[in-house]
Amino acid sequence: MASYSTNEFKGGLKVMLDGDPCSIVENEFVKPGKGQAFSRVKLRNLKTGRVWERTFRSGESLEAADVMDREMEYLYNDGEFYHFMEPESFEQHQASTDAVGDAAKWLKEQDICTITLYNGSPLAVTPPNHVILEITDTDPGLRGDTAQGGTKPATLATGAVVKVPLFLEIGETIKVDTRTAEYLGRAKED
Amino acid sequence: MSKNAWRPTASIKALRQRAALLAQIRTFFSQRGVLETEVPVLSQRATSDPHIESISTQCSGETAYLATSPELGLKRLLAAGLGDCYYLGKAFRQGESGGRHNPEFSMLEWYRCGWDDRQLMAEVTELLSAILATDQVQSLSYRELFLRELQLDPHSASNAELVSCVAREMELSFTPRERNECLDLLMSHRLEASMNEGITLIYDFPAEQAALAKVLNDQQGTPVARRFEAYAGGLELANGYWELTDSKEQLRRFEKDLAYRRDHLRPLQPFDERLVSALAEGMPDCAGVALGVDRLLMLAAGYDSIDKVIAFPFSRA
Repeated sequence: MASYSTNEFKGGLKVMLDGDPCSIVENEFVKPGKGQAFSRVKLRNLKTGRVWERTFRSGESLEAADVMDREMEYLYNDGEFYHFMEPESFEQHQASTDAVGDAAKWLKEQDICTITLYNGSPLAVTPPNHVILEITDTDPGLRGDTAQGGTKPATLATGAVVKVPLFLEIGETIKVDTRTAEYLGRAKED
Repeated sequence: MSKNAWRPTASIKALRQRAALLAQIRTFFSQRGVLETEVPVLSQRATSDPHIESISTQCSGETAYLATSPELGLKRLLAAGLGDCYYLGKAFRQGESGGRHNPEFSMLEWYRCGWDDRQLMAEVTELLSAILATDQVQSLSYRELFLRELQLDPHSASNAELVSCVAREMELSFTPRERNECLDLLMSHRLEASMNEGITLIYDFPAEQAALAKVLNDQQGTPVARRFEAYAGGLELANGYWELTDSKEQLRRFEKDLAYRRDHLRPLQPFDERLVSALAEGMPDCAGVALGVDRLLMLAAGYDSIDKVIAFPFSRA
């Protein structure tokens, strides 16, 4: 496996640290004018999601992690595993509940997700930035209240709960940003 | 190549602010009778500094080096009798790149004959307060800073105490080897961040970090380097010395630098023996300081990265 020296460290680079695959979040070159150079690095452990801060001597290197991101279509959940398919090869992968994590509440069949593979197996799942989902439960809508700023919680078909404007009703479909759980608007009728 | 790669990374506004800053610096020195002078950027000699790498190139069939600072040339001019002088121009350092570093950068360096480091610290403060429009100035010794923040005396602490202090403060991928490495880690990771928004001057560095400064005993009888650093908002801006003028000691320091480079498998390049000759001839007692102009502009105009004050940083140069 290749390795990377500190001067190649940059955001998004996948490396092995303490036996776990990590993604570099930030690399700060630190050097007192008359002193030694260091790389002060923030890394996200791709298994746990935790962010570590670690300082390296300038010129040290880390082994590359066999990690890659693939776009895949979400197929179904069999109760134990979540199943995804690569759209071109039709190759299927199953991801554990741990790997899916918080993404589970956004997963709608046929949506295209980003699957992070580590040594060929799903390590993490990132839902699309924007999803269109049906409201399955919310308090009754307040008619005529389209202009006011108030919100109420609404449960969506996948289980996520988001804040929506008061006028929305059960059965309507809405567009949501999965990174912030923010309501973006009513989904347009196709 | 991205479509925008031809564009400067600094705004036109930032480039105007740069021009104004350079003019302000030149006015400051002309009012004080300090002479602007040029020294070679392309040199036959490299730096000996153990932690700075020269960029090498070819000229007339020989290896040549881009100056990492104007120090050697300016000191030879001082020995030749030029008197108080400054350089405002480019310096180059291999591998230094990041939010606060670019391999090619602008440096201001000046010398005051007959002054010591304390007098020069006062002048650095005047320049910085004028440019940064602040009168918040704090001055403390290297020892005071370590005692205040870490309850540790950097001169007398044992190696084991230093190593365990580093281990408490940060996570490393390696075990520190030397006192200086521990001290550098604590300074850059912990102490710089403890400094306030205004100007901070740190003086009386450990003797083993003397570089080209005189080493004298402080009031407690500890040998300290008469060297200082100026920071603003925790960002290192300037490094100054009460300059070493003893040619034999200068030669010993060059040789010590080379030995360090050899031990740490760093490139070995020719040092400037002409400086040793100049000192032997007699360089006036003086104090000198080098200041990073790009960083000064970042602070003065409120930019958070060096790319925003340099038209074409190396990635686009």
